[in-house]
Amino acid sequence: MKHFLLATTLIFSAPAAMACETVTIGDLTVEHAWSKATIGAGRPGVFYVEIKNSGTTDDALVGITTPAAGMPMLHETVVQDGIASMPHAMSVPVPAGQSVQLAPGGYHGMLMELTTALKEGDSFPVTLSFEKSGEVTVNVDVLSLRAEGPDCADAGQ
Amino acid sequence: MLGVGAYRTRNRPARSEVLPVPIGQMTWTLTDHQGRLVRPSDWAGRPVMVFFGFTWCPDVCPTTLSDISLWLEELGADADRLIVALISVDPERDTPDVLAGYVSNFDPRIIGLTGPADEVAQAAADFRATYRRVDKEGGDYTMDHTAGVFLFHPDGRFASIIDFHEDRRFAVPKIRRTLS
Ligand SMILES: [Cu+2]
Repeated sequence: MKHFLLATTLIFSAPAAMACETVTIGDLTVEHAWSKATIGAGRPGVFYVEIKNSGTTDDALVGITTPAAGMPMLHETVVQDGIASMPHAMSVPVPAGQSVQLAPGGYHGMLMELTTALKEGDSFPVTLSFEKSGEVTVNVDVLSLRAEGPDCADAGQ
Repeated sequence: MLGVGAYRTRNRPARSEVLPVPIGQMTWTLTDHQGRLVRPSDWAGRPVMVFFGFTWCPDVCPTTLSDISLWLEELGADADRLIVALISVDPERDTPDVLAGYVSNFDPRIIGLTGPADEVAQAAADFRATYRRVDKEGGDYTMDHTAGVFLFHPDGRFASIIDFHEDRRFAVPKIRRTLS
């Protein structure tokens, strides 16, 4: 019975492990990196993440790179007069003492020219470039197209 | 025809000034993700929930479809009579087959609709929705589009819109008001 429980725990926790990983660089904490499965490689993928700045200096996310896509960009979904558009974001501010989210309906990494279709359960690295703190690489979990975020024990806190 | 439709859509008054026409007065003909023709008269007597989107859209559209799937699950069998349709604003890429692959990721009650550019333009005009092609470098393009979810009573009267950034807790009660 003990073995059965252990096995069950491992199976269920494995898919969420990477997205729940926390990476730090300087005063920045980067976590909950996830993406959605795509239908084929022709459509763009998406990249979501949370960044916390516990320092006293403002920073900004200025770019992303990944071997998974030929043209990754920062976008911001904007709804104005009921119409959604997603202009290119030159940078995503990460003010001192604050957290920012790249999350559905707001800022997101837009992964154009995917090298391969993103399948649920896959993971791939994304390197984030910050104006002041430099570069840091996170592992991104591919969740289902329906997913609304990774299921981490500390999510939503 | 595409040019005319896009022009007309772009120059209509903003959504807040004009409400969607009743379903029974709409005049579009579209094709669903299983290849069947669908007309507004097919929806007579049923509550309707419609939104505009396209399958190349990685953020707003799957988020809306995920939300709708959750609402439908919460409503359970009460929502079985509800027509739930995604109308593609990108018919050039969203063929019925492409839509079929896409909607299969979400609640099975959601149907995908597409058609010739002028019929999509007519549907947008009837719903007072807007869309616009935005060309990117390298020949790629994306679409700006109305992001709200339109609700109609079973008699075809427009009921309400669930806005994209509206508190999602209000959505299920709004849908319920169209079900009886
Ligand atoms: Cu985007």
